[in-house]
Amino acid sequence: MNSRAKIRLGENVAHHIFTTSALMQIFAVFSITLYMVAKGAPAFIKVGVPELLFGTQWQPTAESPSYGILFIILSSIVGTGASVLLGVPVGLLTAVFLTEVSDKRLSRLVKPAIELLAAIPSVIYGLLGLMLLNPVMYRLEKLIFSNSTGHQFTGGSNLISAVIVLAIMILPTVVNVSVSSLEAVSPNLRASSLALGASKIQTVFKVTIPAAKSGILTGVVLGIGRALGEAMAINMVAGGSVNFPLPFNSVRFLTTQLVSEMGYAEGLHRQVLFSVGLVLYIFIMLVNLTLLRLRRKETE
Amino acid sequence: MKKNSIVKTTVVILTVMIVALTFMGCNKKNSADTSLKGTKLALAGSTSMEKLCEAMSESFMEKYPEVEVTVEYTGSSSGIEALIKKSVDIGNASRNLKQGEKDKGVVENIVAIDGIAVILNNGNSVSSLSKEELIDIYTGRITNWKVLGGNDEAIVVIGREAGSGTRGAFEEILKVDNKCAYAQELDSTGAVKAKVASISGSIGYISLDAVDSSIKSASLEGVAATEENIVNGSYTLSRPFVMATLGDVSSQSDVIKTWFEYIRSEEGKKIVSSVGLVLPQ
Repeated sequence: MNSRAKIRLGENVAHHIFTTSALMQIFAVFSITLYMVAKGAPAFIKVGVPELLFGTQWQPTAESPSYGILFIILSSIVGTGASVLLGVPVGLLTAVFLTEVSDKRLSRLVKPAIELLAAIPSVIYGLLGLMLLNPVMYRLEKLIFSNSTGHQFTGGSNLISAVIVLAIMILPTVVNVSVSSLEAVSPNLRASSLALGASKIQTVFKVTIPAAKSGILTGVVLGIGRALGEAMAINMVAGGSVNFPLPFNSVRFLTTQLVSEMGYAEGLHRQVLFSVGLVLYIFIMLVNLTLLRLRRKETE
Repeated sequence: MKKNSIVKTTVVILTVMIVALTFMGCNKKNSADTSLKGTKLALAGSTSMEKLCEAMSESFMEKYPEVEVTVEYTGSSSGIEALIKKSVDIGNASRNLKQGEKDKGVVENIVAIDGIAVILNNGNSVSSLSKEELIDIYTGRITNWKVLGGNDEAIVVIGREAGSGTRGAFEEILKVDNKCAYAQELDSTGAVKAKVASISGSIGYISLDAVDSSIKSASLEGVAATEENIVNGSYTLSRPFVMATLGDVSSQSDVIKTWFEYIRSEEGKKIVSSVGLVLPQ
């Protein structure tokens, strides 16, 4: 074998290894999707789509079981929405502070700290919520509902705790993505705005943020994805009963539904849990499709 | 040149690893040759007994690799029915046998007792409840401790998730199946204990063996939740785990006899305790 043939052989082998790696990824995505649909769809047919999606009774082990997950879906949507409403303004303003207001030295100190926040495992957030947030909520609950008869006391594990924990968890994502998109705004734009007589704050809100809009939105969508998919931290602070998502109610999210009942569930109950997984999967896919569309717009 | 040979080596190593992994799965145990060779033991019944049966059959098959134990979890009544029809060797029931079942020759062999403790926060001044009061608390009819002679504090009702064996037993014994209004549904004994320890107005239930000093267990109808009271039957928040046979154990085949011998050996007793159950006397 001469040296040229050897090189060609090496090239070929490398080419095949890369292709195989890529194919495995594609295979993984397709097989997961296929598996989720195959496992999740049967219960939809057996229970009935409206009964499953719009039923409000979750009694999987009753003599005549009912599998309504409406409150669970609503809790996921309300919880994610509220945490984004809370986390995004704080995150965006932090990003503005880091890129536009603070001096370089302070930024150099704060930015790694925020990146570190993103690396903390979610169980730690849950633990902190459990130890610090829930007792405060319990005291608050006792104050607010001292004379109420209709409220069921939850001992501080409620929707608000979950929302606060989620808001803190999505902060690093929002901040990091927003910082890089604000930094990418051309200094010429800022200079022009300032030269026209606009103040620094006017420039930030009327010029810099609008120019970085699509990048910031990407951060928001990533945050939504993280909040929607979080299970561990919520499982620890939200109480876990199936209720309408009111601030002081104990609630269950789509993710925690799977975490808490998969262990001992069987038969149709288990199949319905796969359907819950499918619903969650569809939500996550929708969030990611939005993300893809935003990214495409950004590059255009 | 060098790159070339690296690529080749990688491919070779990967191939060897894959082949090795494939063959590792086929490693067979050398089984001791006895009269039990090739026998099968079929159990069916209570879903609540899954943890016990899985642990027991796993270690049994480790000791007697020549026996194949299969357990199906179909529910107590259908397990006994299958036994009567002779489609299984042992019928599992997480309740006492009914007279009708005994009349058909089914023998009740209690292998373990499942005891549940009702737990309260250490700061709670209430320490004894009646069965009625417990039912009223869990169905949401009593919502404040002052009704029961305690402090003026709202009751936080804590339970386990649907499908949990402890929850199933608790609701079944009190006859409150799916009527409970839980404020928190937690997915482990540890979580229930931690919550009851930290929330002053809370009440929860856990397996008897998990009770420790971080919480206090309430006595029921004046009877304390202890192993002794469960074994003598005075503490009512408990249920027997029965492995029923058609006729006495002594009249069964060798493999069934070996199974019961194993359950009653020191090894078997250890397994019963390890899954949180009380040993019958």
